[in-house]
Amino acid sequence: MSASPSYAPLTTQESICIVIGGTRIAVRTTNLEFVRMLADRYIGFMASAENSDADLDVDIFDNSVSADPDEDLQVLRDGQEWVMRRGDFFARWNPATCRGHVRQAANPYAIDSVLRIIHSLVLARRGGFLLHAASAIRNGRAFLFMGVSGAGKTTISRFAPADANLLTDEISYVLAEQGSYLGCGTPFAGELARVGENLSAPMSTAFLLEKGPENRIEPISKALAIRALMRNILFFAHDSALVKRVFDSACKFANEVPVRRLIFAPDQRVWNIIG
Amino acid sequence: MILGGLITEKYISRSSAIAARLVGGEMMIMSAVDSTFFTLNEVATVIWQAADGQTSLKEIVHTRICSDFDVDLAQAQQDADQFVSELANHGILNVSPIPITGADSR
Repeated sequence: MSASPSYAPLTTQESICIVIGGTRIAVRTTNLEFVRMLADRYIGFMASAENSDADLDVDIFDNSVSADPDEDLQVLRDGQEWVMRRGDFFARWNPATCRGHVRQAANPYAIDSVLRIIHSLVLARRGGFLLHAASAIRNGRAFLFMGVSGAGKTTISRFAPADANLLTDEISYVLAEQGSYLGCGTPFAGELARVGENLSAPMSTAFLLEKGPENRIEPISKALAIRALMRNILFFAHDSALVKRVFDSACKFANEVPVRRLIFAPDQRVWNIIG
Repeated sequence: MILGGLITEKYISRSSAIAARLVGGEMMIMSAVDSTFFTLNEVATVIWQAADGQTSLKEIVHTRICSDFDVDLAQAQQDADQFVSELANHGILNVSPIPITGADSR
């Protein structure tokens, strides 16, 4: 028998673990409604919170506080930590301890942005990157379709045939692993508003999208490939070491993976020349 | 030497706050300061590679550009000044009226 007092906590902390590209980030909060919202949003990308690779404590601030997600994002280094700030969130992330804290509005966009930034930082250390690109697996190989808004990421995703697994229509996850590259699914959806499939496959080809009257694949120079990659890689911090690392990753990727221009007419026949 | 506020001699060196790589004959440079991305043509690449902080821009233009490319000295100097000014504005090149010590001379 123990004389120690024992009380039930007034608030309960819930954990939810979001796994993207094999990296498990546990999100802890006392706001159960927020946890339920995350569970819906990241369906297919959930795992047990035990043995997470990283932990985020999230405090939700009052809805009455003005929170503008359109405000400019700032990502700055502060000693060992990264500080991320936008109208609807303030976050700190320590890459050494893999722990962070987020104070944010009760919307999914803030945590989505924080996750993208953390993943981009984690990937940069490992030679990978997040890319503005749709991606899909076909015949066991991953294909990237990169381009700015309007280039055709949504279109090509929409016409993906039944034997292709869509990894994302918006933000692709490129993982460097033992000298080769994997394309991994992400829950970061674009116009299709469809969460990608949580799958991965060795990278086959990265396509630079261009709409045209017919479907064809053209070679491009390595310099153009690197330029296209750098234009589409997501990295948020103006940090000298990070920029160098990302640039180096883009150059290595362009050396290892064929990068081609895909000129396509907007219908499903484009998939006849992919995979 | 500075006369009436005009820099008559320029020494240039590559900033350390950049990432650069020569790919297929094109020098690709990324500024770590503002993330701007530059691809240099053949002539600009020659100037970039000669930017050791010790050789004046005039000398670079004279010995490296005019000797190897079909251009007159005045035009080459004007183009080089413009190119250097643009890269300096993005923090990619350091510019000084006197030789720059400690510059990367590789």
